[in-house]
Amino acid sequence: MSTETLQNARRQIEICNACRYCEGYCSVFPAITRQTAFADGDITQLANLCHNCRGCYYACQYTEPHEFAINLPQILAEVRTDSWKEFAWPRGFARAYDRHGVAIAGLLILCVMALIFLAGSLQNVGSGAGFYAYMSHVVMVAIFAPAFVLPLFTAGISIRRYWTHVGGGRIALKDLRKALQDVATMRDLSGGQEQGCNFEDEDRFSNARRVAHQFVLWGFLLCFAATSSGTLLHYVFDLHAPYGFFSLPKLLGVPGGLMLSAGTAWMIRLKLSADGALADARVRGGDMAFVVLLFAVSTSGLLLYAATGTALVPLLLTFHLATVLTLFLTLPYSKFVHGFYRLAAMIKNAKAAK
Amino acid sequence: MVNLVKNRGNCQMTTSYDIIVVGGGNAALCAAIEAAETGARVLILEAAPKSYRGGNSRHTRNFRCMHDGPLSVLIDSYGEDEYFDDLLRVTKENTDEKLARMVIRNSQECQPWMEAHGVRFQPSLSGTLSLGRTNAFFLGGGKALVNAYYRTAQALGVEVHYEAEVVHVGMSAGAFTHVELKDGSKIEGRALVIASGGFQADLDWLADAWGPAARNFLIRGTPFNRGVVLRDMLDQGAGGVGDPTQCHAVAIDGRAPKFDGGIVTRLDCVPFSVVLNKHGQRFYDEGEDVWPKRYAIWGRLVAAQPDQVAYSIIDSRSRDLFMPSVFPPIKADTLDELRIKLDLPIAAMQTFDSFNAACGEGAFSPQELDGLATDGVTPAKTNWARPLSEPPFYAYELRPGVTFTYLGLQVDETARVQAGGTPLANVWAAGEIMAGSILGEGYLAGFGMTIGTVFGRIAGKEAASYVN
Repeated sequence: MSTETLQNARRQIEICNACRYCEGYCSVFPAITRQTAFADGDITQLANLCHNCRGCYYACQYTEPHEFAINLPQILAEVRTDSWKEFAWPRGFARAYDRHGVAIAGLLILCVMALIFLAGSLQNVGSGAGFYAYMSHVVMVAIFAPAFVLPLFTAGISIRRYWTHVGGGRIALKDLRKALQDVATMRDLSGGQEQGCNFEDEDRFSNARRVAHQFVLWGFLLCFAATSSGTLLHYVFDLHAPYGFFSLPKLLGVPGGLMLSAGTAWMIRLKLSADGALADARVRGGDMAFVVLLFAVSTSGLLLYAATGTALVPLLLTFHLATVLTLFLTLPYSKFVHGFYRLAAMIKNAKAAK
Repeated sequence: MVNLVKNRGNCQMTTSYDIIVVGGGNAALCAAIEAAETGARVLILEAAPKSYRGGNSRHTRNFRCMHDGPLSVLIDSYGEDEYFDDLLRVTKENTDEKLARMVIRNSQECQPWMEAHGVRFQPSLSGTLSLGRTNAFFLGGGKALVNAYYRTAQALGVEVHYEAEVVHVGMSAGAFTHVELKDGSKIEGRALVIASGGFQADLDWLADAWGPAARNFLIRGTPFNRGVVLRDMLDQGAGGVGDPTQCHAVAIDGRAPKFDGGIVTRLDCVPFSVVLNKHGQRFYDEGEDVWPKRYAIWGRLVAAQPDQVAYSIIDSRSRDLFMPSVFPPIKADTLDELRIKLDLPIAAMQTFDSFNAACGEGAFSPQELDGLATDGVTPAKTNWARPLSEPPFYAYELRPGVTFTYLGLQVDETARVQAGGTPLANVWAAGEIMAGSILGEGYLAGFGMTIGTVFGRIAGKEAASYVN
């Protein structure tokens, strides 16, 4: 990690600790006041606890042009990205975080589409029903199972490294529950009094980002549950796709997809109107690519369902599968990991707050 | 009526305003909001750029509020008489009882008004529990309050010009007609509210009052409060009030920036320390009372020392008894090494020795007056007197930090500015520029914001009823 960035973060955090005006906004400031000295691990932990709600920036009497030049949302965002790169495994891939994210994602989708087409053309097309008319179930599983498992495995290694670095220790069930509750409600984007955060319109408080984020989070989880239920139906109950509308995969997947598409579109709009100077400029493209990719996953999934029985299915299916594959392949090296690190930081914080 | 106004070099058309508010801090915003709610057309002229708007209000954190029972974040009750007694004590009865009691009584009603106009409150901050009953803290501090008020004011149609420094108030036959700005432009209005703060950022003016010592003072707040409009009004015969050497001043870290250091430069270590001047002598009882009741006298105490500097010295046992300051202390393993680092004369060692010898046995209790006093040194330390004996030793350099000056405009209970015993027809004042009417000397934490809110609202309402 850049010692210069860490030192600047430490300098700013010490100023915050002497001021404490922002104590009521989020979890970061109460965590700061519990300490008087800040080791590198403490700063990494605070950085991953920060949700970039920006309330502290607009309330700060020491932002530029003041000589103290406080910009806590930005410096913590930089430490946060640095920590993800530091803990990424294999480390060589870490550079993917800040190299023209949109271009990488686009290119990857194209490559994956080509591969899927290739895989599809190599086998006996037309023997299955629904999707499987275009790609057999076996091929799909052969491609996707490792693509799901490997990234989660590498992300797991990263989180382990993080946990050691910040001195996480044993996890109590109570701390896990508290952290999950706070994630479920995005408490740290509530501004402390449900007024929300300062994101899309300078110092105006709004819950837009909080609600948009929860559309994305809950939408994603519903889609994930839909896929899982499909897997169960396939293997346990021997019920194969295509599924009708009143089946678990569709009842979970359609609302999930709608939420994910609406949430990501909203998030993109909010991100475009937010001040880039309060975030890590190096990963602006990568962060945006992640949200666009999520949007592409859910929207192509919905379109695919809508196009059932038409000639568009092969193309849409290939595109949809390519986006899903890209999302998971880039998981350990994209904004996707923020969810794992954030949850870890919140568990650690719940533990320390006792 | 439409007239031509030059604004930053460009000629542009603008209508004339009902009410012009000079200043952009708490008092100015309260006045502008009250006036705009009556439908008046209001213009705020803020000397600072947008990033520094809000004057000293951007550095504040709470306001002192009377309450008969629990009110919002305030616990228990804090009645008018107790509040007034607190004020009498710090001002040594140098206050205008009628105005002071009016401010105190009005403060209770201000709290819900502030919430209704966008201000959010929070329970008292960690390390400030002693203020939880008397002072309501702003969520995010004073700049968050200022931001909320600007949003509210602008939603009501109030126009705001930044970097618009007023240099002269145009008067005709005892009535305000227009203001002149630094860029040479003129803006007409029917009523004027002056809320442009004290003159503490004008070091020449401070030096006129204090002598050259004032050039060593640090200014804790905005560099834009130079008293330009105050002097202009006094020159035009407006009634002045207050002693130019009186101000709210505290002892702050000597390494603080010259301006705008704000809250993080404060030092709360004095009661647990031994304070020496540059000759190595003690000069005041460091443990006279709990710090919230004494912090406001230490600015003047240090200002009276040679070179306006003092050194607060603790040993390792007191290191965690106060909020951390933004600057790390100077540290040494022996008192002599510390003395050399601080460039103090050898006399300091005698002071340490006699102080340590004067400390007796007894229970040390940092949160209350523990009566642990010295015996046989002058001045005595009457509480928390422990010898400097456990290395390492730490020192902080203290300098006077001026928050705001008290020389100001004399107002009546309707906030109207006085001239020769009679009120001006259409000029009101609010905030630090008239706080000297109530604060003759001394300071009570959070009272500046109370005066600003109460008088700002009155000035806005009075000015509006004049123009409507």
